[in-house]
Amino acid sequence: MSVNTAEILSFDEAMEKYDPVLGFEVHVELNTRTKMFSSAPNAFGDTPNTNVTPVDLGLPGVLPVINRIAVESSIKIGLALGCKIAEKCYFARKNYFYPDTPKNFQTSQYEDPIAYDGSIDIELADGTVFTVEIERAHMEEDAGKLTHMGGATGRIQGAEFSLVDYNRAGVPLVEIVTKPIVGVGSRAPELAKAYVAAIREIVKNLGVSDARMERGNVRCDANVSLKPKGQEKFGTRTETKNVNSLRAVEHAVRYEIQRHAAVLDSGTAIIQETRHWHEDTRSTTSGRPKSDADDYRYFPEPDLVPVVTNEAWIEKLRSELPEPPAERRKRLQQDWGYSDAEFRDVVNAGVMTSIEDTIAAGIKPATARKWWMGEISRRAKVADVEPAELGVTPELIVELQGLIESGKINDKLSRDVLDGVLAGEGTPTEVVEKRGLAVVSDDGALLEAIDGALAAQPDVADKIRGGKVQAVGAIVGGVMKATRGQADAGRVRELILERLGVQG
Amino acid sequence: MAELIRLSAAVLAEKLAAGEVSAVEATQAHLDRIEEVDGAINAFLHVNTAEALLVAADVDKTRSTGDALHPLAGVPIAVKDLIVTKGQPTTAGSKILEGWHSPYDATVVSRLRAAKMPILGKTNLDEFAMGSSTEHSAYGPTRNPWDLDRVPGGSGGGSAAAVAAFEAPLALGTDTGGSIRQPGAVTGTVGVKPTYGGVSRYGAIAMASSLDQIGPVSRTVLDAALLHEIIGGHDPHDSTSLTDPVGALVEAARNGDVEGMKIGIIKELHGEGYQAGVEHRFNEALDLLRTAGAEIVEVSCPNFKYALGAYYLIMPSEASSNLAKYDGVRFGLRVVPDGAPTIERVMGATRAAGFGDEVKRRIILGTYALSAGYYDAYYGSAQKVRTLIQRDFDAAFGQADVLISPTTPTTAFKLGEKLDDPLAMYLNDVATIPANMAGIPGISIPGGLADGLPVGIQFLAPARQDARLYRAGAALESLLEGQWGGPLLAQAPEIVGVK
Repeated sequence: MSVNTAEILSFDEAMEKYDPVLGFEVHVELNTRTKMFSSAPNAFGDTPNTNVTPVDLGLPGVLPVINRIAVESSIKIGLALGCKIAEKCYFARKNYFYPDTPKNFQTSQYEDPIAYDGSIDIELADGTVFTVEIERAHMEEDAGKLTHMGGATGRIQGAEFSLVDYNRAGVPLVEIVTKPIVGVGSRAPELAKAYVAAIREIVKNLGVSDARMERGNVRCDANVSLKPKGQEKFGTRTETKNVNSLRAVEHAVRYEIQRHAAVLDSGTAIIQETRHWHEDTRSTTSGRPKSDADDYRYFPEPDLVPVVTNEAWIEKLRSELPEPPAERRKRLQQDWGYSDAEFRDVVNAGVMTSIEDTIAAGIKPATARKWWMGEISRRAKVADVEPAELGVTPELIVELQGLIESGKINDKLSRDVLDGVLAGEGTPTEVVEKRGLAVVSDDGALLEAIDGALAAQPDVADKIRGGKVQAVGAIVGGVMKATRGQADAGRVRELILERLGVQG
Repeated sequence: MAELIRLSAAVLAEKLAAGEVSAVEATQAHLDRIEEVDGAINAFLHVNTAEALLVAADVDKTRSTGDALHPLAGVPIAVKDLIVTKGQPTTAGSKILEGWHSPYDATVVSRLRAAKMPILGKTNLDEFAMGSSTEHSAYGPTRNPWDLDRVPGGSGGGSAAAVAAFEAPLALGTDTGGSIRQPGAVTGTVGVKPTYGGVSRYGAIAMASSLDQIGPVSRTVLDAALLHEIIGGHDPHDSTSLTDPVGALVEAARNGDVEGMKIGIIKELHGEGYQAGVEHRFNEALDLLRTAGAEIVEVSCPNFKYALGAYYLIMPSEASSNLAKYDGVRFGLRVVPDGAPTIERVMGATRAAGFGDEVKRRIILGTYALSAGYYDAYYGSAQKVRTLIQRDFDAAFGQADVLISPTTPTTAFKLGEKLDDPLAMYLNDVATIPANMAGIPGISIPGGLADGLPVGIQFLAPARQDARLYRAGAALESLLEGQWGGPLLAQAPEIVGVK
């Protein structure tokens, strides 16, 4: 892809001279059964243009009807973000011609969002907490999906023709808009990533969205502007559209800060525009000019009646909210007795819930952490999947741990057992049997191996007899080697010392 | 079968129920009449012969087995071509929808089908219901059965003319600023605009969503009530549809009575600007109502003088957005210009070729009125006027049970007479527009002739009080027919014209 990689300043240099101001518009696709204004299924990945009714195609004569569940999901998002919920709010028409928008207007909320004036505490990796103010969360409908064919870039420029899939048209969206975020300084890219991660976690935790960024369930537009240090007035902003992974959000904000700094340093002005993010070059290119005077000819949607809420409804929804993620984390860390660093690692590895389930199944917190942060995470990394997606159940860990604690297998063997189970060879017990992995617990067999090892290293044997008990390790190693690791090292040590008549 | 087509829907229904006439005979009689006169009238854009006869045959078969049927089963009906129908084209009177078939039925059409009323076809209209003469149809004008050189009103001139010419006993219309009542007035037929939300708009191609309303077109007040009860009532597909039951409209129409009723003359809706013959018929109607025991009072609605201006901001604003979907992408006409066919150029060429001048005029007006910087001055102010008009009505209904006015300032004008003068054309709706602005119901009934042409009398009632219109309308209808010695349409000339 040909990308005009503009001059950029180093991030540190940019930070010496400028303060970044951020702002985010995050679109969350709700996972309602049907669409925002029609009875068509809200489903991902189906044959194009099958999940449509006359309403979704904007055929002559159709009328929208508001999806009550989508309103409830929106209220829940608002409540989770600490927002006020409007007593009465309206839909409006945002008029613009584009073929992915069947009516050539989007039904959205304009002056009256369902939720407004909230805030959310974002915890950065080192534990610093930053409060992001939420301006509003409003309801709207998604557009269809255009696929541009015949061009080299997949973009509309140079395409021979375009295909449009209206399955996504009308899918309920909640757009969460922050107030300008100031004072974050060099932590801006990190905060950007953490903020979007937090929104994703909240909507997933609420159960109102599948929250899969790779499917576009959560999409971020990142606004960036710079102002010279000490200046009050905000600089001109750019809006990088559809930055759709956490890593990309971090990189895009970092890149735009560096690019703005270079442009401002050169004495030219930032153009207010949208920017396209390119994952391959980790840079942005110019999109379309965007001014505050973009004329969408908003007016109240006359086909819909106002959404009217009441205290009882809102309180009922509030009572259905799950424990907020931040509070849940605090509670779990305390319950489990993990250090801050241990707990942060657990969270970052995405295994907190797995550990919670494992502990609930009867495993000690420290042991659960050892499993999930150790062997399971390692295997997930190799397989390039999330640890939770590896197929390890709490019951499996309980069984493995039981085998270890009863002395049937040792830690080292348990890894082979885990491999066997994950390879589909059966339950841990079955794998132990099939692979012949049981610890050698027959003292006779062990003594034979011990005699062999002592004979092989007579000098070491003499040292031990002479009182150098710590030298026993060499003999244990020999025994373990001879038994291919299937011995209980502790028992081997005991037997050696016994054999040599030395007190451990 | 000349006799059959002149029956009211109520009488025809009785004869069908009594087995005196079959639904196939009744339907065929109307199809024959269409064949005979519609070449001259051009009320129909599509005649639905085969399906109408199938439905009629089904009614006859059901009746022969003794199974229950809706009282209007077998009574044929015509549908304004702004209302979508499966199995028949729907054009909205526009080239941009030529050949388009809806994959779904409007709610009102589903209700007609459930009642087993044969649909005779789709009637002509001003393109997208934008007009007061039916001359803005892309498929040629409809002519007034009273005088073929004159317009039948609009936008629903096709439905009114079809009923006036005995091509159909009933029809559906839509009324955004008078498109049912004004054609009713100038063709000597009955037209009702129900309370906003009283009849589902699902499947009515939108012009101005906050003003549009489907309603009955008929030759008698009772017939309108019978049809209104079929099409009215809540529809979950229309968020603006009322949840109230439709009400005892037929009962009201059967018991027309104005004794003790307070009827308010709206000071601003008669007198200056109204044709002398129209004024004369209006005063005669007032005298009759007084004689029948009504108390006639005068009310003032001072903000009505702003109604037309506000209407011509709100209606085009909503229309500019509602008509954005006609872009050649998903359905209807697609014009691909020479050269690189970018989406903007295809949309532009399609809309340039597909829309007529009046539609373009209103889209441009509405787009302008909604523009940033003008919104408050135009759309915003117009909405405030709307509130003032509602308050005027509230005050007026504090003094009167129903209000009365001439439906239109003049009788039918000649074809072409006002085509080049949009403002003169818009003035036709000066008396009908306030009801749409306030969401209240209105009826127009024949009030006699002025210079040989029909005059309409309009009653207005508070929202959800549609029954009052039928009670007052039926009373005046009966008083007037007593004077005329029969229905006004009996005085209409025979239709002679080229096919």
